[in-house]
Amino acid sequence: MKTAKKPVKTPAKAPKAAAKPKVAFFDFACCEGCQLQITNLGETLLDILGAVDVVEFREAISEKWDKDYDVVFIEGSIGDHHAEERLKKIRARAKVLIAYGSCATIGGVNGMKNSFELDEIRRSVYGKDYKLFDSTPTKAVHQVVKVDYFINGCPVYGPEILEVIKHALRGLPYTVPDNPVCAECKLNENVCMYERGIACLGPWTRAGCNSWCVNNGNICYGCRGEVSNPSKAAQDVISKYKLKPELIKNKFDMYNKCKENDKSEKGK
Amino acid sequence: MAKTTGKNIDIKVDYVTRVEGHGNIVANVKNGKIEKCEFHVVETPRLFEGMLRGRSIFEAQHITSRICGICSCGHSLASIAAAEDALGVVPTEQTIKLRKLMLDYEFLDSHVLHAFLLVAPDALGVPSFVPLVKTHNQTVRQILRLKKAVNDCCDILLGRHIHPITAIVGGWTKLPRQKDLDAQIKIMEGMTAELEPLLKLAKTLKLPDFTRETEYVALVSDDGEYPLLSGDIGSSDGKRVSRKEYRKSTNEFIDPRSSAKWTKWNRESLFVGALARFNLNYDKLHPKAKAYAKEIGLKPVCHNPFMNTMAQVVETIHCYYHALGILKDLRKNGLDYSQEITVGVNEKGAVPVRAGDGVGSVEVPRGILHHNYVTDENGLIKQANCIIPTNQNVNNIEHDFAKFLPEILHMKQDDIRLRLEMLVRAYDPCISCSAHYLDVTFVE
Repeated sequence: MKTAKKPVKTPAKAPKAAAKPKVAFFDFACCEGCQLQITNLGETLLDILGAVDVVEFREAISEKWDKDYDVVFIEGSIGDHHAEERLKKIRARAKVLIAYGSCATIGGVNGMKNSFELDEIRRSVYGKDYKLFDSTPTKAVHQVVKVDYFINGCPVYGPEILEVIKHALRGLPYTVPDNPVCAECKLNENVCMYERGIACLGPWTRAGCNSWCVNNGNICYGCRGEVSNPSKAAQDVISKYKLKPELIKNKFDMYNKCKENDKSEKGK
Repeated sequence: MAKTTGKNIDIKVDYVTRVEGHGNIVANVKNGKIEKCEFHVVETPRLFEGMLRGRSIFEAQHITSRICGICSCGHSLASIAAAEDALGVVPTEQTIKLRKLMLDYEFLDSHVLHAFLLVAPDALGVPSFVPLVKTHNQTVRQILRLKKAVNDCCDILLGRHIHPITAIVGGWTKLPRQKDLDAQIKIMEGMTAELEPLLKLAKTLKLPDFTRETEYVALVSDDGEYPLLSGDIGSSDGKRVSRKEYRKSTNEFIDPRSSAKWTKWNRESLFVGALARFNLNYDKLHPKAKAYAKEIGLKPVCHNPFMNTMAQVVETIHCYYHALGILKDLRKNGLDYSQEITVGVNEKGAVPVRAGDGVGSVEVPRGILHHNYVTDENGLIKQANCIIPTNQNVNNIEHDFAKFLPEILHMKQDDIRLRLEMLVRAYDPCISCSAHYLDVTFVE
């Protein structure tokens, strides 16, 4: 996964009140829960609204905007031709683009569609009329257009949203944590799921969520994407607990199936 | 309709705002004659039911929660109920009590967001809550504080509100300790400071006067509790079927005009949601909720779909007191912490697995929701079906359009457009949920 390579230049002078950055939210195939996480920030939302001009946010407001955007948040993955064209048009008008939430950053649960032959899965849901609905293999946002910032998670994690917004508005790069969830989980003093006899994707998955699910007695499902170099620690876990690799692969496919798109692109 | 003779209108609302998901309205009138007035759903099909095939039944809650961020607790509960029905797992009384609390929180959160943040701007004549930050700053702050308060309670009980962590097939991965119950009670009791003025404000909302008789469908039960988590499927037309027979109440059919999957039961269309529950189960509402309904003149059976928003406000009061009751009961009687379980994909065989066919029917903020899974003997999903409240309502929305548009045709085009949007919003449609939808052709 890439982090910001070309952050926007910080303006020499502090922007005037009238020149507050124009921010927009766009949703593609997703549950829109990550947008909702914004409203769950409570009154902090009003502080953000004080620092930016939200010019489009269909789920919450009716206002529309027809000029360029300083910062756009893209939620959701790309799964039909119309979406792909729409995303490219938004990118052309956006100075900074943030892939927001797992569906956008790694394809997320929508990627499970790619485990099936496309016509077959469409027919299974829509019956004989399936051809009425356009559907293409699921892609993450960076697999269609250039992405400047990534905010991982299903859903996104409040403290990280604020952190990335602060970086993006100042034009600073933000580096997504590249150590596994286990690092945070140990600090939180959770009993390791493997010690409880249950397989967990913590050893493979990027931290930054403060081991949210394991703190609450559940396993890590891998929603934040894979660390860049998972091999050593993960191999240790597989051999120590005599895991079947296909069990882990199957679990990993719930969120990370679209990673195969990156590999196939490189292969070309 | 003399005033409307010769009138032409051409309305096309791309992506109705302040609803969850993507929907369009198309209305054409030529020479005073309505040619078309439709509500289209244009969400990318996400094929959840197809993707579930081959996954473990123990993963269904986690996956189907992702159908919708707003409704993730509702989907989780319907999914868990369907999975437990398929596996033959009977949840404990404590587990059920906590699930009811979870559902109360879901209603509080969703209704507050919809009734106050998304609908109030229509009543106050502004495009969104953003201008209200200036003109009604205190009100916006109250709404955001209230939402944050419910969210904080969910963080304690569920790990988080969006895509809850602790509620799984078989029970709970983490049970609230005494201090967690105290914290939730404290937050809930503190909420009245925000809730009271908002309830007062809601009384002043002016909603269009419009009525159309239709069939109201909601869970019904024989006990005294307002049925949200379980019960039979009931209708204001006097029918009642068990959840296993949910297909009888949903009868999906394809309308040739729009190619969306629609539903009906005993007449041309049906209504699910707060107003349906209010109409069918009014007697079981908390006394304070009933008193409020009386004050605003809302009585069963109400046939004005715009009043769905007010029924949501009434339910907000009900769920508030119901949740507080559960919390105080748990604090008084304590919990059995030996019931905490972690299941994963059931590697340790903590839950006995069998082949089965299970249905979960749960009331969620927008109406009755059905999940149905067929599993094999290893607990892998062979078939899945999810019928979403919004899917059940679209047919009713269009029937409302057909009656409502002639009644407002004398207005200016922009006012007509606004009222059609308001009608759609009154249903609180959740289009992301509509994993089941067929796409539609744009009318240019």
